[in-house]
Amino acid sequence: MGNIKLMQGNEACAEGALAAGVRFFGGYPITPSTEIAESMAVMLPKVGGTFIQMEDEIAGIAVVLGASLAGKKVLTATSGPGFSLKQELIGYAAIAEIPLVIANVQRLGPSTGQPTSPAQGDVMQARWGTHGDHPMIALSPWTVKESFEVAVKAVNYAERFRTPVIILLDEIVGHLREKVELPDAKDIEIYPRRRPDCSREQGYEPYRPAADLVPNVADFGTGNRIHVTGLVHDETGFPSGSPKVTEESIRRLHQKIEIVQDEITHYDEFFMEDAEYAVVSYGGTARTAYAAVLEARNKGIKVGMVRLMTIWPFADKIVKKVANQVKAILVPELNYGQLVNEVERAAGGKAKVKLLAKYNTEIFTPNEICTAIEDLTAEVAD
Amino acid sequence: MKQIRLSGSGGQGVITAAIIFAEGAVKEGKEAVQSQSYGPEARGGASKAEVIISDQAIYHPKVTTPDIVLAMTQQAADKYYDDLHEDGILIVDEDLVPNVPNFPNVIKVPITRIAVEQVGKSLFANMVALGLLVKVSGLVSFDVIKETVAKRVPPATIEKNTMALELGFDAVK
Repeated sequence: MGNIKLMQGNEACAEGALAAGVRFFGGYPITPSTEIAESMAVMLPKVGGTFIQMEDEIAGIAVVLGASLAGKKVLTATSGPGFSLKQELIGYAAIAEIPLVIANVQRLGPSTGQPTSPAQGDVMQARWGTHGDHPMIALSPWTVKESFEVAVKAVNYAERFRTPVIILLDEIVGHLREKVELPDAKDIEIYPRRRPDCSREQGYEPYRPAADLVPNVADFGTGNRIHVTGLVHDETGFPSGSPKVTEESIRRLHQKIEIVQDEITHYDEFFMEDAEYAVVSYGGTARTAYAAVLEARNKGIKVGMVRLMTIWPFADKIVKKVANQVKAILVPELNYGQLVNEVERAAGGKAKVKLLAKYNTEIFTPNEICTAIEDLTAEVAD
Repeated sequence: MKQIRLSGSGGQGVITAAIIFAEGAVKEGKEAVQSQSYGPEARGGASKAEVIISDQAIYHPKVTTPDIVLAMTQQAADKYYDDLHEDGILIVDEDLVPNVPNFPNVIKVPITRIAVEQVGKSLFANMVALGLLVKVSGLVSFDVIKETVAKRVPPATIEKNTMALELGFDAVK
């Protein structure tokens, strides 16, 4: 196995991205994400990669899109206000199908809010921050080790589906130092950059979808003529005003993710076998939720837990299954109530869904969540 | 599971001491998490760093009931001791915490004075405190912490940091 060390969540994110092949980082420092940029600045030059600090967050994402089109695996990292600034170009990456990973270490907002205070308030912005219809992949780690693993997955998914992927970290995990055992390089699965499967003479078109509905867009500088635009385009990459092309294009962007939804929906189930109640949780909050579930179990409450790593696409299937099994579901979130609405939608009235919200710069205590579980059992009994 | 809180004012190096303590525990094969408070508190006000050490996986990452609180200033002592476990230990810098909180189990050591008078600079107070914590907690071996310090600090300062560490370790029985 690999080496064991004490590492910070943000550092592990950078290490994971590097291990997955990221060789270009562009961005603008902002707390609590800055250690990702710092780590990349130290590590990238040693492997022949490039680190560039741009004049602001928008330039920070623009430069990585350019590098990605030129063939590099890329990462940018930011937080709250910076994530807002990057939204338009996230949409550009979605329609132009440019592999892109954005790490957003959530802090309390809106606006400047409470810098460096934990929150999980960007769940919906991750899904719908950029305008128009588009699919989204967002992954949220709950341990430092998983911060590494999520970064590897994010880079692989960005490359495989040629789409923006968001690493939805939070300050809790981002700034936590924890024992980690990182895998050896040879044990890490890496998805390579997609390449054209035929030449121009043989009829290559940059935006013609392959069997998995993802196009093998050639990298700039590899001898192919490529046109990249934020306008709706046909297989040639040039704009098209056709309703048919538009409809097919928007549908394909969604379908390329929909057909792999089960494969990319990652979650853990704990103590669900005999559960009559469930907690659905994610990110750093899930650590406290787990401790609370243990506490409640010790008090004799049959409560289980589903921990979501994949936030988007939403884990409808498992939540439906859980809702059919339990009487009630508790959703603790460090926000005014975001993912709880998705849980409620997926539960479809089969189980009572209750929010436990917190938005005061402090994280939950196990006691708070345990008390909420107890209260929920009392409410259901009434 | 043992929960330890190190507190002082920004610049006293409590975060560095906490990281080294957690790193030492990890080297010994234990589970460890380390966190700290940032923001305005880190700039001159009361600042804190926390370490949890366990033989099993650690879920909730913050200290809920500390077994040991180290306070390097009066403000830190006042702010961070009150949730100590009733059998817990409060360690204070006896010069910088003149009004020791009313707690049954207090260890008073002139941490900063030892650093200034015997090592040469107040800068080494965090290493004196770390040595003290290693002795009082009994959670991590002193040799492992010495090695960890040697790897963490600039080479030219290893000797003085180690000296501070030893003075702290020997300051209590």
